[in-house]
Amino acid sequence: MDSTASDTANEPVRPHPDQRLRRVDLIFSQYTRERYKVLKTVLERDSDDIISELIDSGLKGRGGAGFLTGMKWKTARETAGDEKYIICNADEGEPGTFKDREILTRVPRKVFAAMGVCGRVVGSKTGIVYLRGEYRYLVPELEKEIRVFKVYAEEYGLDFDIRIFLGSGAYVCGEETALIESLEGKRGEPRNKPPYPTSVGFRDKPTVVNNVETFVSALEVLRMGAAEFKKLGIQDSRGSKLFSVSGDTPQSGIYDLEFGLSLAKFVEEFGDGDTKAVQVGGASGFCVPRKKFHETTIGYQGGLTGISLPTGGSMMLFNSSRSMFNVLHNYLEFFAEESCGQCTPCRVGCQQLLKGIEAIKRGEKSADHLTTLLRLSDTMRLTAKCGLGQSVANSFASIVENFREEMIY
Amino acid sequence: MSNRKNANVKLNIDGVDLAVPPGTSILDAAKQASIRIPTLCHHEDLCVAGNCRICVVEVAGWRNLAPSCATPVMEGMKVLTSSPKVRVARKDLIALLVSEHNTQCTTCYRSTNCELQTLSAEYNVDNTDFLSVLKPGIEVDRSSWSVEKDDSKCIRCQRCVRTCAELQHVNALDVAFKGKDMKISTFMGLPLSDVVCVNCGQCIIHCPTGALTERRYYDRIWEAIGDPDTHVVINTAPSVRVALGEMLGFPVGTRVTGKMVAALKRIGFDSVLDTDFTADVTIIEEGSELLQRLKRALVSKEKVALPMITSCSPGWVKFIEHMYPGHLDHLSTCKSPQQMFGALVKTYYAEKRGIDPAKIVSVAAMPCAAKKFEANRPEMQDSGHQDVDAGLTTREIGHMIRQSGINFADLPDCAYDSWMGESSGAAVIFGATGGVMEAALRTVYELVTGRDVPFKNLAITPVRGLVGIKEASVKIEGTLPEYAFLEGIELRVAIAHGLKNARVIMEQVAAGDSPYHFIEIMACPGGCIGGGGQPIPTTDEIRRKRMAAIYAEDEGMPVRKSHKVPEVAKLYEDFLKEPLGAKSHHLLHTTYRKRHRF
Repeated sequence: MDSTASDTANEPVRPHPDQRLRRVDLIFSQYTRERYKVLKTVLERDSDDIISELIDSGLKGRGGAGFLTGMKWKTARETAGDEKYIICNADEGEPGTFKDREILTRVPRKVFAAMGVCGRVVGSKTGIVYLRGEYRYLVPELEKEIRVFKVYAEEYGLDFDIRIFLGSGAYVCGEETALIESLEGKRGEPRNKPPYPTSVGFRDKPTVVNNVETFVSALEVLRMGAAEFKKLGIQDSRGSKLFSVSGDTPQSGIYDLEFGLSLAKFVEEFGDGDTKAVQVGGASGFCVPRKKFHETTIGYQGGLTGISLPTGGSMMLFNSSRSMFNVLHNYLEFFAEESCGQCTPCRVGCQQLLKGIEAIKRGEKSADHLTTLLRLSDTMRLTAKCGLGQSVANSFASIVENFREEMIY
Repeated sequence: MSNRKNANVKLNIDGVDLAVPPGTSILDAAKQASIRIPTLCHHEDLCVAGNCRICVVEVAGWRNLAPSCATPVMEGMKVLTSSPKVRVARKDLIALLVSEHNTQCTTCYRSTNCELQTLSAEYNVDNTDFLSVLKPGIEVDRSSWSVEKDDSKCIRCQRCVRTCAELQHVNALDVAFKGKDMKISTFMGLPLSDVVCVNCGQCIIHCPTGALTERRYYDRIWEAIGDPDTHVVINTAPSVRVALGEMLGFPVGTRVTGKMVAALKRIGFDSVLDTDFTADVTIIEEGSELLQRLKRALVSKEKVALPMITSCSPGWVKFIEHMYPGHLDHLSTCKSPQQMFGALVKTYYAEKRGIDPAKIVSVAAMPCAAKKFEANRPEMQDSGHQDVDAGLTTREIGHMIRQSGINFADLPDCAYDSWMGESSGAAVIFGATGGVMEAALRTVYELVTGRDVPFKNLAITPVRGLVGIKEASVKIEGTLPEYAFLEGIELRVAIAHGLKNARVIMEQVAAGDSPYHFIEIMACPGGCIGGGGQPIPTTDEIRRKRMAAIYAEDEGMPVRKSHKVPEVAKLYEDFLKEPLGAKSHHLLHTTYRKRHRF
């Protein structure tokens, strides 16, 4: 990871050509007239070639963590295993994110086709969609499409089954190893890593877990070619991304936007004219105050000056009528509830942060306590077992540091 | 290729260059560099959990700190185990656990033997940084005769959960709820007395804090001792004498039999007797039962439940009642030595000493938590009174001796009282896994053939040691006329300790393809020397030392076979008349019951 960062650090900084917001139409683009045509074309290609194309495209996981998708497939492919699994993470639970639901509603065919390709590449015969419990109503339509998929898969000589598994409502099950535990019928608790799922995953077999959108993006890369895909986005952040826009905005909804957009332009487009802060990446993301809109770019870190923020796509806008204390309080209540509770920093840390800001607000603790809490959030980032506990510090530190007065008075 | 794969991994920990086998954790590698990384959720008996995060270390080039228990070494790794970054984080983590903890250490049973307390002191954690997030109104679950559960002292390390699942296959304890409400719970939060818990107490000896403890009865005993009208009798189990010293300043594996007897007498017990006496009686009763079952199967061709399985371990007995209720007929009907003792103390002993049994308070010093439950089973009142009034753990005895102010180390050795104080080396080894089997074989073989069991110095080594399931067979040749039906038979036996292993054995029994005649099962890993009532900590190294002490005690005994103990012979002559006789049946044998599976 570090070597990539240093490689690109020497490159001249290349801001987005026109700094404008560019809407694209990749994810929700129309199906081909002939059903599962892309699947057919891709299946005719060599698996190594598919992986090279994906790696070359620079496609990164769209769930938020941003791991190179092609590398993930490659590792799973190269790990020996009598059985392997392809899992589609549709446990969309990040507050302010609602794009996967839309994908599964409008273009499920793309998801299943990509899972089939992944199955072929990795050497897996089983795909599982881990569907958020609240999306149960989608099941009949999805199953209908799976039946269609099966017909075409059979025709193309692809031995690949897809089934749906319904989650039970724990936020932490969006974390891939907790998701796997849940799939195995156990309590949804993240595992120790390494080993990673690509070598020891579902039922201890090599497993690829990708976000819904990642699968669709992978299929788009293979349809349009890496060269074309790379024209979108900047540097380490290639392609486009779905954004779930909510909060104080006259046009909340889902937008397919090119990567590398400036937050200032984003606010210009989506804000209500009084935007005071944007929460990028949901409760586990970062809060950007107005004064930093201009220096902030939405994309994965690497080679950019200023702040670059990765995101699973949640963009929450807050105008000046909002108390950032209440925003943070809401997030912390959420985390104190949704931590799985197994590791100390996350289970107790979230409660301490929550009770701590309450005590400061009530005047029972002095403002200095914020310093202790910031140190604590750093400890959580350094020591928590999974991304949930590690990323509580993101929203906590960015809100407290930028809106300190609102925390105290 | 395979050579390179197995080559040692080179790394540097705190400036020390090391080469360790691949797959070694940073935690274990550090031990080789003489560095102790503090832990809480880690226990060598259990799988790695990595949830307390106390053992985090800094790895050069890594963004986050790594849990050293769960991180395997990698080539060229540079590790810092006590850098400023690590220390700040570690202190925060300890402080977080303290903030969630009932810090009334002064009134805690585990005070001075608590891993959280030790760590907190080591890092000088002050609790002004964080607010208390201890849930108000937590009630201690005292429903069980054996185990007390105090959630206010739980640090959620899940050692108990892993113990109950991995070592014991009982799963009475599991994790419930999430986030701030996450806790260790029984099925549906039912009281411990109402669930599948077998009272083995393994969760207690694996708990780092005072969240799980045995229910303590010593105050009641102090009271009885102080009452001039009661005659207080204590019998001490074989494995107490090899572990009690650990509570009182002696190195692990020290035999303190004589000092223990002396201390108990000084404390004021009216009579200090030996559970080994009834262990010898158990061998005679159980050995006779085995021979009887074999005879009925081989001569009368009756349908008899074989293999026969020992019933000395009350945790194991409750386990089979819950898990294999359809196979209870495989259990020997013999009571455990503790319960035989209780039944005889209030009949035979009372008669011999001319004491009103109603005035006797019978106490058992046991390495066990389940013995407390066993003493309170309603069927254990064959003497006309509650046969055993209280079962105390080794730890409770240690506490009583400390409370008494007696300087234990200075005490001269003292012998057991009589009646029921005499015993054999065969009884002592009951304390180690395989011991009951070895004792039984010494007696049964001799009863059948008239000769010593064919092992050098009577040491039946194949049944000894810490292997989870042990097997042995003895060819029976040259039988006495009475036992001609056994001529040429290969007596096949198995020994299992830890209920995980018991389950393996029982699956065979349930499937009807168990190849054995006789099986010994002990609930706790290592047998009673590793019992749930033993001093904390207990690890394999400690189990081995206690075990070695047990076998040394056996070798030092003048009598090594149960049926050769004069007092035992006298018991049969004067009172019981014959093994499996009417009186034995009434006092020394019992029945079992079916229980539910949650």
